[in-house]
Amino acid sequence: MASLKHLLGIGGLNPITVTNLLDLAESYVLLNRSGKTQRDSLRGRTLINLFFEDSTRTRTSFELAGRRLGADVVNMSVATSSVTKGETLLDTAATLNAMNCDLLVVRHNRSGAPALLAEKVGAAVINAGDGTHEHPTQALLDALTMRRHKGRISGLTVAICGDIAHSRVARSNILLLTMMGNFVRLIGPPTLLPGSIGINGVEIFHSMEEGLKGADIVMALRLQKERMSGGLVPSSREFFAYYGLDRKKLAYAKPDALVMHPGPMNRGVEIDSDIADDDARSLIKEQVEMGVAVRMAVLDTLARSSNI
Amino acid sequence: MSILFRKICYLDESAQNLVEGDLLVRDGLIADFGQNLGRPDGAEIIEAEGAVLCPGLVDMRASLGEPGFEYRETITSAAEAAAAGGITAIAVLPDSAPPIDDPALVHLIIARGQETGSVSLLPYAAATRGLNGEELAEYGLLRAAGAVAFTDGGKTIASSRLMRLALSYASGFGACIVQHPEDVELAKGGAATAGARATWMGLPGIPAAAEAICVARDIRLAELTGGAVHFAHVTTGEALALIRTAKDKGLRVTCDTAPPYFDLNETAIGDYRTYAKLSPPLRAEEDRQAVLAALRDGTIDAIASDHQPRDADDKRVPFADAAPGGAGLATLLGITLAHVQNGGLTLPQALALLTKKPAAWLGIEAGIIAKGRPADLCLFHPERSWQVQAGKLPGKAQNTPFDGRALEGLVLGTWKDGKRAFAR
Repeated sequence: MASLKHLLGIGGLNPITVTNLLDLAESYVLLNRSGKTQRDSLRGRTLINLFFEDSTRTRTSFELAGRRLGADVVNMSVATSSVTKGETLLDTAATLNAMNCDLLVVRHNRSGAPALLAEKVGAAVINAGDGTHEHPTQALLDALTMRRHKGRISGLTVAICGDIAHSRVARSNILLLTMMGNFVRLIGPPTLLPGSIGINGVEIFHSMEEGLKGADIVMALRLQKERMSGGLVPSSREFFAYYGLDRKKLAYAKPDALVMHPGPMNRGVEIDSDIADDDARSLIKEQVEMGVAVRMAVLDTLARSSNI
Repeated sequence: MSILFRKICYLDESAQNLVEGDLLVRDGLIADFGQNLGRPDGAEIIEAEGAVLCPGLVDMRASLGEPGFEYRETITSAAEAAAAGGITAIAVLPDSAPPIDDPALVHLIIARGQETGSVSLLPYAAATRGLNGEELAEYGLLRAAGAVAFTDGGKTIASSRLMRLALSYASGFGACIVQHPEDVELAKGGAATAGARATWMGLPGIPAAAEAICVARDIRLAELTGGAVHFAHVTTGEALALIRTAKDKGLRVTCDTAPPYFDLNETAIGDYRTYAKLSPPLRAEEDRQAVLAALRDGTIDAIASDHQPRDADDKRVPFADAAPGGAGLATLLGITLAHVQNGGLTLPQALALLTKKPAAWLGIEAGIIAKGRPADLCLFHPERSWQVQAGKLPGKAQNTPFDGRALEGLVLGTWKDGKRAFAR
């Protein structure tokens, strides 16, 4: 496998690395399901979950992944105001170096913060979400989920709906899906779509009816409450009416289209409970399961390419 | 006390033609120049074949950090950087702490410049009291104290009503208002020019149109009031087109730009390089080319360093939190000359934008080589090379957006009133 020092984003990976990570993750899915969850490939190694932003599910997922590979896992939550002072970040880096941390999982509310840390720490850095930049393990777990259900991760039409402009999940998914040869359709109100994308294989729509046409996968994104207070959309009621994923709108997609959501969901805002809880159409629970397997694959790969 | 520069090239009085010859400095003034001035008794002889002797650079826009931000730069350290960059006069922005909004502070800046012995400091005064954007500063008293013009520095005078009043009131004293042209509401929270790059880096964007919107409004207000407006560090083709049209109409509109805006584009912020985070932000390549074209056709009146000293704590933080601004004194000449070498500008054009034109705008006796003028001079070799290295720049501020850049055009010496301010 190509040597990978950090995982800061999907940008920087190539299709071979992605395929290798997905294949490795697939093997962990099978092991996890068979009940043989304990491995020792990270025995004696220290994984630190450094979260400057709250996220129970991502942190837990990394924690579980680390423990299943035998690592010592430490969780550090750093309470911050909305503006995190960089000195804190670099001081933290110095502290982590002193602790001989091997794998550092970072979530931060500022784009580029994991990249800044990666320059200063000896550990392999995994970006667990930075600002509105990237969330690479989410895109990998989404890809694994799609591949398991559609049998491939190329030539698919994937519609991503809602607040694209502020979504790191959307960015990582767009990068991964286009790199692997899929078609991406972005659907949302103009105020929540980036003005400029600049890559091939991506189309933009403002109507769910047009945008969902022919979609194999429909991915709804979380709409943050502050987008409403910021005036980007007038109300959650109006947003749901035009962009909320319900059964009527899902009918515009392919008959066998499947639904995904990175969580946590705002039921009745970007997705209707009726769809979210429909196991025949919704992959949302499976996404969580894939999350652990993908993170095991990422940790294992980084640990191996760093120095074992 | 005399100095004879022998066999150097200099611009003649028209500032159009480069001629080879000698130049004699006596008692701090330019005494004579021409072919073969002989060897006056007792004169220090400086021979520099192939070197160009130009007027000391006149930098019409820089922040110096003092008073209030001495951890970033002091007047002493800025003077050192200026001298190494061939600069002998700096128009200083008022965004210090306290801001320069009182005649006593104007006197202070001028006096601190004189103390350096190497650079004249020409203070801008605040356009609004305390730079608060709410009420006019005392333009009459500040002007009498020596303020060259009025500006809120890196802050836009946002209120249309206040901008109208400022232009109108300043015109009564024959003074100009210098605007940081950026629509404040559109720029709020932004860290990079809106576009594909900002999108993929996950950075809040500032639309390039924020500049043109402000420029359009202020041109209209200048027309309304008969006042004079100067747009600082203009960066977009759209704003430059508006300025070009306003000049053609005979309105009292001028502008400058800074080296990053004709030398770099937004790709320089890749990998979250905070030294390339500037205000206004670096633009798309089309805009960079539009700035170069406007330098060529005379729409832009001057090239300023736009020196904004920042220290490591300001810059070693996530990109969105980093303080914008780049160090510019030491690279003003070198980056400009790079565009002479690649054919973008002629040497007389480039030098006029760094000397004669800003001096004329500021109304100071500098910027041309003429008998009886103060001997503020810069001697540089256009073909000798050096490398820009953050950490090794003269002065205190090291936050250069040009880190690692190899440049041709080395300053060999700088003289202020005939006294050597810098020697390589």
